[in-house]
Amino acid sequence: MNIIVCLKQVPGTTKVSIDPQTNTLVRQGIKNIVNPFDTYALEEGVRIKEKHGGKVTAISMGPPQAEEMLREAISTGADEAILLSDRSFAGADTLATSYTLARAINKIKEDNLVICGRQTIDGDTGQVGPELAEMLGIPFIAYVSRIEEINNGRIRVQRLVEDGHEIIESTLPAVITVVKEINTPRLPSLRGMSKAKSAVITTWTAQEIGADKEMVGLSGSATRVIKIFFPQRVRHGEMLQGSPESQAASLIDKLRQAKLI
Amino acid sequence: MAIHIDLEKCTGCANCVPSCPFGIIEVIDEKARINEGCTLCGACQAVCAYEAIIIEAIPEPVASTDNHRGIWVFAEQRDGKLKSVDYELLSKGKELADILKTELCAICFGHNISEIEQLIAYGADKVYLIDDPALANHQEDLYTGELVRLIQQHKPEAVIAGATSLGRSFIPRVAAILKTGLTADCTDLAIDNETQRLLQTRPTFGGNIMATIICQARRPQMSTVRPRVFKKKLADPKPNGQIIKVDFDREHITSRTKLLNFVDDLTETVKLEDADVIVSGGRGLGKAENFQLLQELATAIGAALGSSRAPVDDGWIPYSHQVGQTGKTVCPKLYIACGISGAVQHLAGMQTSDCIVAINTDPDAPIFEVATYGIVGDLFKVVPMLIEKLKVD
Ligand SMILES: Cc1cc2nc3c(=O)[nH]c(=O)nc-3n(C[C@H](O)[C@H](O)[C@H](O)COP(=O)(O)OP(=O)(O)OC[C@H]3O[C@@H](n4cnc5c(N)ncnc54)[C@H](O)[C@@H]3O)c2cc1C
Ligand SMILES: Nc1ncnc2c1ncn2[C@@H]1O[C@H](COP(=O)(O)O)[C@@H](O)[C@H]1O
Repeated sequence: MNIIVCLKQVPGTTKVSIDPQTNTLVRQGIKNIVNPFDTYALEEGVRIKEKHGGKVTAISMGPPQAEEMLREAISTGADEAILLSDRSFAGADTLATSYTLARAINKIKEDNLVICGRQTIDGDTGQVGPELAEMLGIPFIAYVSRIEEINNGRIRVQRLVEDGHEIIESTLPAVITVVKEINTPRLPSLRGMSKAKSAVITTWTAQEIGADKEMVGLSGSATRVIKIFFPQRVRHGEMLQGSPESQAASLIDKLRQAKLI
Repeated sequence: MAIHIDLEKCTGCANCVPSCPFGIIEVIDEKARINEGCTLCGACQAVCAYEAIIIEAIPEPVASTDNHRGIWVFAEQRDGKLKSVDYELLSKGKELADILKTELCAICFGHNISEIEQLIAYGADKVYLIDDPALANHQEDLYTGELVRLIQQHKPEAVIAGATSLGRSFIPRVAAILKTGLTADCTDLAIDNETQRLLQTRPTFGGNIMATIICQARRPQMSTVRPRVFKKKLADPKPNGQIIKVDFDREHITSRTKLLNFVDDLTETVKLEDADVIVSGGRGLGKAENFQLLQELATAIGAALGSSRAPVDDGWIPYSHQVGQTGKTVCPKLYIACGISGAVQHLAGMQTSDCIVAINTDPDAPIFEVATYGIVGDLFKVVPMLIEKLKVD
């Protein structure tokens, strides 16, 4: 089994807050992390390899500093890592990102299964996985919560949908995206960490993956961000005062008056 | 990079520094520098008095936008039943189509769909219907192939679908095949007066930042929209539209994936998305057993039970109850949040509810910013009081 896991480096956003004075994101003390959902993708790739043999290749498109994240991927079980980095990749939307990833994956050639996270926490679209599958011309399954079987060039999985779950079977090669219910990612091992330190992270440019300049980065993007703003919230509700009993009483009054209960 | 600073013009005045929503502009040696992470939003360019910030216009292939007409809504069904998001999207789609003076079409794939004419009552001028047993349940390969075929044939200018598990999974594939743009998870759609383009607004960075996105030159413009953000309008008492039956292209469109089984996981009788009243609990409940208390309140007022992410992560309640960015979007008439702080990700899933009640010990909890009625207090005192009083009268 040859497994490719797509990872993205993102700002550790849980701490993101807005500076009320300047109305900008507070960046201080925010370090870049691997997109949390992608750690489940990597862990699942490593588990499949442990069961079926083969190799796990971690791949990312991003600025040079994403190399650090790929080393982390090696410390938690990836065998190899490839960074797609080129100035012309900047400003990519999901269409251009998935094109670029697809070019690189085509170059690796021996792929059997491509695993992505369900979505990133910065862009938050969840579109790269399905778009990548189409660019590669292979089947796609989203929101996988369990891999039931891999056998004879087929994969059977369980995946989460709104009201329940589905069991789906697909031919391989395929692209899947995984949800956090699928596993608990391992911590880096000592051996992994020393391997990561000395590992060579391959870097490929646009030319090396034979990418058409018109299809990567900003030129290859169909969408443009034209405005960015912060959701404004002001308190305009009514605070109910008094003891718990009188708070409860006045709430019930108000809800009854509004015919809500 | 397509943005750069003209060093001769830059005076190092630093006016651009606070204008950047991402805080990535610095002034070094009296010259502005733009660091990694620029989204080319143009906020800095707008405040620069010296025209020193240059964003290169990338020549886009001239779009064949002129021959693309009409707004399309992908109408989702399960087991022959249309979803409520279909009506919400048609209601909004109608507004957009009226502004553009164009037609509104609904696209529906399935088998034996009941009340298909409802799509017309909610605004569709035409319904393209492919009714075939092969399409009865969600067959994403087939849906992808058929939607691409219809779009190539009829050339709509915009295609809108629900950001449901189905929509988020197969609509990106349609966009990739058509090599066009797709904006995920929109919370607002409007038309730009001047260019007639679709202005698509969506939360990013976990809801901390809103972005308005356009699809410049390629067509169709595509968006997925969160359920429950647009209101369903009233049905037209005298609907006027036609249902156009299209044959399933069995020969050319095949599936490599097979749906073997669907299992319904919801334990409750009232589905969260359809509930008029929701009682929801967060980490403030302290432990799994305390959801019992909320269940009692829910039963007393006929509500469904919701949760923030923390209790789901801790295994107190199944994922199907999670409200928020990575859970469900709900818009009930009444949402009662107990022991929920109101992190942006949670607010993203419930803030459009008509009436929001928040019960929280922390007077500074952000949930109070969206609450219609706020109670600063211990839920273990307030909720039992509510239950008791509801029982008495
Ligand atoms: C990418 C991403 C996606 C996410 N998606 C979602 C999502 O879909 N849905 C979601 O909900 N979250 C989501 N989150 C997580 C979210 O940011 C929070 O972690 C989560 O909502 C916290 O839940 P909480 O309010 O229950 O807990 P906390 O934030 O821990 O708040 C508990 C609150 O209870 C109050 N409290 C404690 N005891 C009592 C008492 N006895 N009586 C009254 N009040 C009390 C406290 O004052 C506090 O305000 C996401 C995060 C990320 C990064
Ligand atoms: N630049 C990137 N490099 C590698 N993988 C990516 C990149 N962007 C997105 N992905 C993958 O696609 C998934 C969905 O991303 P998104 O569509 O941005 O929400 C992520 O969880 C990653 O697995």
